[in-house]
Amino acid sequence: MGNERLNSSRRNFIRKSALLAGTLVVGSAVKPFQAMLFAANEPEKTMPWYAIGIDIEKCIGCGSCARACKAENDVPKEPFFFRSWVEQYTIKNDGTLAVQSPNGGIDDFVQTVPEAEIFKSFFVPKMCNHCAKSPCVQVCPVGATYESPEGIVLVDEKYCIGCRYCIQACPYGCRYLHPEKQTADKCTLCYHRLKKGLNPACFDVCPTGARIYGDLHDMNSPLHKFLKEHSTQVLKPQLNTGSKLFYNGLSSEVR
Amino acid sequence: MEHLYEMLKQVDGYIYPNEIELHWGILIVLYPYITGLVAGAFILASLERVFKIKVLRPTYHLALLTALAFLLVAILPLVTHLGHPFRAYEIMTTPHLQSAMAIFGFVYLWYLMVVLLLEIWFDYRRDLVLWAEQSTGIKRRLYKILTLGVTDLSPKTIAWDEKLGFIVTVVGIPSAFLLHGYVGFIFGSIKANPWWSSVLMPVIFLLSAMVSGIAMVMFLYMVVSRIRKVKIDMPCLDEIGKFLFMVLILDFTLESLDQVHRIYEAEESFEILHMLVNGKLNITLFIMQGLVGTIIPLAILGFFRIHLPKEKIRKPLYMLSGLMVLVGVFFMRWNVVIGGQLFSKSFLGFTNFKLGMIGAEGYLMAIFWLVLPFCILSFFLWLVPPWKKHAEAELTE
Repeated sequence: MGNERLNSSRRNFIRKSALLAGTLVVGSAVKPFQAMLFAANEPEKTMPWYAIGIDIEKCIGCGSCARACKAENDVPKEPFFFRSWVEQYTIKNDGTLAVQSPNGGIDDFVQTVPEAEIFKSFFVPKMCNHCAKSPCVQVCPVGATYESPEGIVLVDEKYCIGCRYCIQACPYGCRYLHPEKQTADKCTLCYHRLKKGLNPACFDVCPTGARIYGDLHDMNSPLHKFLKEHSTQVLKPQLNTGSKLFYNGLSSEVR
Repeated sequence: MEHLYEMLKQVDGYIYPNEIELHWGILIVLYPYITGLVAGAFILASLERVFKIKVLRPTYHLALLTALAFLLVAILPLVTHLGHPFRAYEIMTTPHLQSAMAIFGFVYLWYLMVVLLLEIWFDYRRDLVLWAEQSTGIKRRLYKILTLGVTDLSPKTIAWDEKLGFIVTVVGIPSAFLLHGYVGFIFGSIKANPWWSSVLMPVIFLLSAMVSGIAMVMFLYMVVSRIRKVKIDMPCLDEIGKFLFMVLILDFTLESLDQVHRIYEAEESFEILHMLVNGKLNITLFIMQGLVGTIIPLAILGFFRIHLPKEKIRKPLYMLSGLMVLVGVFFMRWNVVIGGQLFSKSFLGFTNFKLGMIGAEGYLMAIFWLVLPFCILSFFLWLVPPWKKHAEAELTE
């Protein structure tokens, strides 16, 4: 009897150990995939979780945001490097599209389509979408691109090896290789200003208040009001990047 | 920056402002090309060793040494292409494991150290010991170092060499598949790029790798035989031709499937890819990759399946199809790497790519990276010539 109990407890012990070991093995195999689902897990609500709203209906295409960004962040002046830019979409009566962004919107927009042919025209300011499931963060081979606890995608320029895989992986064209530093560069949502309690440069200079940013955790933030009162959409939603840049008035033609 | 201003004038339609410059140039075309040659050559070698296709024996060692020579070079264009080459070690010391690229260092090292070097060492150890005894001077010292001090030539030890070498080759086959399938995954897993993002990409890369590796060994075998003034073993060459034909059919089928699938599904990116294929990739895709690299070699090798002409006709035609396949696979890599960056992710326009002559990204440098493995291979063939290995008969006895 006693012997049998001993045997059964031993059996149970072995069974439990096996179960535990199995769980550990499976668990450790699953963990990296979990991390892939959410490159930055939305953290405990001790930190703000930033998102951006842009109201296309308010944008007048003045390009102040693009200019301010270059000035504030030391972005190379040449017309090939942008953290923030503005596009003008013109949809013609025949359904065809004309898009332009002269020097990222820093130079004046000149409408080239004759007025009689225009069905509608609007401006779309672009910048990093600070995705929650960032493809760029996912592919960085050394982890030089990461998401801050506030959900902002940043690059550690002392660590980046300049392989440019992140530039390939960004569906929105928001990254470039800094010509002097030879590292990937992108919008930081003016992290250096945010940390001092200031607004990102492009938000401060926007004359029509087309840009808004805020904490998704804070139900009273202006961003929440913006999201509540408008039907917003993100760019390329089919790619499931967890974009946190929400547009109001986004036409389906915009990519 | 001059070239970017030049490029600005050549933009077609609308592209995002950051997209003017192509970030991956000729060096990244070479990387999958050279890695593919390694995987393909190794798989050909393992056909003899593991699958016991003994008729391929004359090319076994040549294939292994070719794989090693190309593998040593494979990583160099990659590292020189980095913005910060001296930080390259970070991939090994602090890899970001969710990145497809992060694992490359490990896959590469595994393949180099565990598979290729070990297999070649087991295979050559006995000869190295004997060569060390027979030669003098630096060569003697070199052979001695290469034996790593294991100079035991008892039949038992030699039997172990054989056994362990076999095990390494068996491990090597999935490793070769991994090495190149993985290179395909680096491209295939980029969902932002519809030209790359395909589940078939790793398989296509692997098959084209096998095609190119087999063609390379076939070409080298003929050239080396010519230089050594020895007769080409025709049954061996015919067998290689047969395998090349088979893998080429598979490769062609899967690549066509990939395209047919794209065309039939006609997703959001269809129009821009259609324009890409019929415009900027017109020549490199249809002529170089399709006609030169696939259709003509398929026709030649296929014809040999039906009717085997005389040796005198077969040899130059094998040579020709081998070279054409090599050119075709190069352009396949070109079409993937360069083609995937020519269109804007806005799907509204194209940028341009101009291959320069000088500089790290120029074609002179690319030619250098392509010639270098042949120099390394020549050195290997001088140092450890497969044809001077000690009689196999002693082994099998």
